[in-house]
Amino acid sequence: MRWGVITFPGSNDDEQTAFVLERLLGETVVRLWHKDANVDGLDCVVLPGGFSYGDYLRCGAVARFSPIMGAVKAFAERGGIVLGICNGFQILCEAGLLPGALIRNRELDFLCRRAHVRVEDADTIFTNRCRRGDVLDLPVKHGEGCYVADEATLRSLEAGRQVVLRYTDAEGRVTPEANPNGSLGAIAGIRNARGNVFGLMPHPEHACEWIVGGEDGRKIFLSIVASGTLAAETPVPPVSSKVLSGP
Amino acid sequence: MRITVETALQHGLSADEYARIEATLGRAPTLEELGVFSVMWSEHCSYKSSRAYLRGLPTTGPRVLQGPGENAGAIDVGDGLAVVFKIESHNHPSFVEPFQGAATGVGGILRDIFTMGARPIANLNSLRFGSIDHPRTPFLLRGVVAGIGHYGNCIGVPTVGGEVSFDPGYDHNILVNAFTLGVVKADRIFRARATGVGNPVMYVGSRTGRDGIHGASLLASAEFDAESESKRPTVQVGDPFTEKLLLEACLELMSPALSHHLVAIQDMGAAGLTSSSTEMASRGGTGIDLDLSRVPLREVGVTPYEILLSESQERMLLVVHQGSEDAVRAVFEKWDLEAAVIGTVTDTQRLRCTFEGKVVVDLPIAPLTDDAPVYERPAVEPQSAEDGAKLDLRELPEPSDYNQTLLELVGSPNLCSREWVYRQYDSYVGGGSIVRPGSDAAVVRLPGTDKAVAMTVDCNSRLCLVDPYVGTISAVAEAARNLAASGAEPIGVTNCLNFGSPEKPEVMWQFQQAVAGLRDACVAFGTPVISGNVSFYNETEGRSIPPTPVIGMVGLLEDASQHVTQWFKSEGDAVVLLGRNREELGSSEYLAVAHHQVRGGVPWMDLEIERRLIRAVVSAAREGLLRSAHDVAEGGLAVALAECCISSETSAPLGARIEVEGGFRPDALLFGESHARMIVSVRRRHLTRLREIARRDDVPISVIGEVRGQRLEIGDLVGLDVGTLRECWRQGLTKALAGSADA
Repeated sequence: MRWGVITFPGSNDDEQTAFVLERLLGETVVRLWHKDANVDGLDCVVLPGGFSYGDYLRCGAVARFSPIMGAVKAFAERGGIVLGICNGFQILCEAGLLPGALIRNRELDFLCRRAHVRVEDADTIFTNRCRRGDVLDLPVKHGEGCYVADEATLRSLEAGRQVVLRYTDAEGRVTPEANPNGSLGAIAGIRNARGNVFGLMPHPEHACEWIVGGEDGRKIFLSIVASGTLAAETPVPPVSSKVLSGP
Repeated sequence: MRITVETALQHGLSADEYARIEATLGRAPTLEELGVFSVMWSEHCSYKSSRAYLRGLPTTGPRVLQGPGENAGAIDVGDGLAVVFKIESHNHPSFVEPFQGAATGVGGILRDIFTMGARPIANLNSLRFGSIDHPRTPFLLRGVVAGIGHYGNCIGVPTVGGEVSFDPGYDHNILVNAFTLGVVKADRIFRARATGVGNPVMYVGSRTGRDGIHGASLLASAEFDAESESKRPTVQVGDPFTEKLLLEACLELMSPALSHHLVAIQDMGAAGLTSSSTEMASRGGTGIDLDLSRVPLREVGVTPYEILLSESQERMLLVVHQGSEDAVRAVFEKWDLEAAVIGTVTDTQRLRCTFEGKVVVDLPIAPLTDDAPVYERPAVEPQSAEDGAKLDLRELPEPSDYNQTLLELVGSPNLCSREWVYRQYDSYVGGGSIVRPGSDAAVVRLPGTDKAVAMTVDCNSRLCLVDPYVGTISAVAEAARNLAASGAEPIGVTNCLNFGSPEKPEVMWQFQQAVAGLRDACVAFGTPVISGNVSFYNETEGRSIPPTPVIGMVGLLEDASQHVTQWFKSEGDAVVLLGRNREELGSSEYLAVAHHQVRGGVPWMDLEIERRLIRAVVSAAREGLLRSAHDVAEGGLAVALAECCISSETSAPLGARIEVEGGFRPDALLFGESHARMIVSVRRRHLTRLREIARRDDVPISVIGEVRGQRLEIGDLVGLDVGTLRECWRQGLTKALAGSADA
């Protein structure tokens, strides 16, 4: 699979994401600069963690205007796989590729700790290597990770099985203590209705080696790899190839 | 403006120093020149009171690639790699404005590291606050922790360890010491020597504003008084996002493809443009001409005096080759940063600054740097208050309930969990953090290798107040034990010497003693001192802080997978004490917490015994024998055992059944803080081999129990559920903060 990892000014986990994909999983990685204008020829684009533009305004509010974001939107519209981790999730929400928003944590402080997340749906591009109900142990590290959306959006997310990961305790129970940031519905990660765009606050790229943070994060990346391989075996629908070739 | 001795006094210079300036120049200085002298001769920049003593420190060794004198020191770790590290204080600014003070402290030390060409991979910090009951402490603690987190998290360097302690001696002078370690190819270390007459001098990074003017001289090199809060404008304001861009741009410029453009690079830290240009010229044996009108400014009307003294953050001064200007500018423009040619390297050995065509500074370099004043200030041992401080154990009642005392200790501000602090720091970013905050030392992988470095910062200032010589040795020994307990061999030291006013003979005596202790301990452990920082004038209205020589020590693990953590791993493992218990309670946390007394001498210290213990523990770790290892320090054996049971962040607590005999008072056995002790746990089948290693190194060894069940039981004195212990330990800091009005 060909992956693109975007570096915005202030991205911090871009190197680590590329390291995991390239060195640990043997994938092909193209490094993308925020001023690049296209993401052609890629199977999956990753928006990594960090503090794009310092996040001095709302998190992700400036990055959504980066030149590359137009290309990312078009890529998502033609079915390309998009993964946003932490700041990447925030950017995807700001860019309108995912519904809702991420606001200051319940306790207002930056929070770095382990979090358990339950896989709510294993029938997605991003979790097909898990089973429904699996509990993953991943680190979270953010100041603004409290997921909020209006009632109607939340209802439609739940109804459309778009909530992919939920904060729980190690046994998979939703409890107030297990929710690190006060997210509504204990939501840790969501996908769009079409199922090709996924944003999550926990950091799978920091849980891919036993010696640093465990290996549960691999399951997310390996799921995407599995989907990509599958997609490569099915014929490309004509509509997307038309868009790819341009006007 | 006519410059007189009064103007000089307002600048923090003495009358003698002003006379020396006039004698050197043969004329009165201009205002700008006086400004330059005042910062370059400030204690903070010139080390004028400490330099004479620091010369005695061991700074060389087979691994040392760069000792003190550059932005930071460097040590060879094999595989063609070097680690660059340093610790630095930001005490005064953090007291005046805790958030920005601490944040810019982190920003400053990071620049010192990446200026050398190294990518920072770990931050640590050593923090000291006043009594937790002091009304200002919660405000300062929250501000400092948030500031450190803000800068480190945003720039993307993990904060992996540190120490926090509370003592009324810091009520009016907190300490914020920041440590950074970076990694660089051993043959690609960059230095700050301005060479090549005619080479352009370039300014890169943030624009210059009016912040931080006289931060080094009037704030950092003077004691506090009732008016200190009015010095807030001398505190700089940090912008970690710009520093992230500056970091990436600098490292890109230093990459093999582009580094041929670069001659020298230095951070504009304390004393900003003045010290960076002067020091680069001094090291290069050259001179520098600067056109201050070409310095990028944040606002109009900034005067040449302000441009020279501004401590605006996130700026670097470069010397590049002639003709390289455009290539260098392109790198910084890619990262949306300013780059301007503002001067030239000359052969005059003078600093010459013009502003709008007029010469405002024309000074010889040497008097500003190598020939700056050096003082051998009088040092007098303080009148011993020994009689009052003497501890007679017979007068001390034993606890009636050891369970209660142990709970009280593990929940006390100096011993309880630091989770509330470190959970505000990103300890994952970078992807190399093997042991994150909460164990004896932090362990971070060296990128691209199987190796790792272990890092710790340590000082017990209570011991240093009683005996600064032994106290400093104890700090070095504790640091070395913390590294060994993580499986690492100590390889180098950096230090931050925090003291009161050097103009007081008693403080100067403390300082001398501490430096002697640092020297003797580092010689014994074979750990050269490769960088450091001195912070004097930590005093308010005549009262100085306890002497606080903070030791930052770095160790190497040849195989990262051999790292060890402090908490017990599994039922059935044998619990082993390495080292000997002594009947010592002087200066202990137990005395302070349970008896509200700070008295008694310092625990016995023998460097040879420490050295042997460290050798034994590192050997055992390398052979893969150790399931856990934990240094016995503040709180003594019982607190160390409790921590072994409860301190894992990710796994459930484990109990232990312990039998230990001292043949002396049980409270001294449980809570005494004798040095040279370590608690390790091993599989039963490895006991024989561990005994052989202990015999080889002549280290006392005793099997004191077993990891078992859900209770910590120590003889018939202690029997506590580990869940209860853990809750008490974890809630300590939040409870103490909630108890204060500010929270």
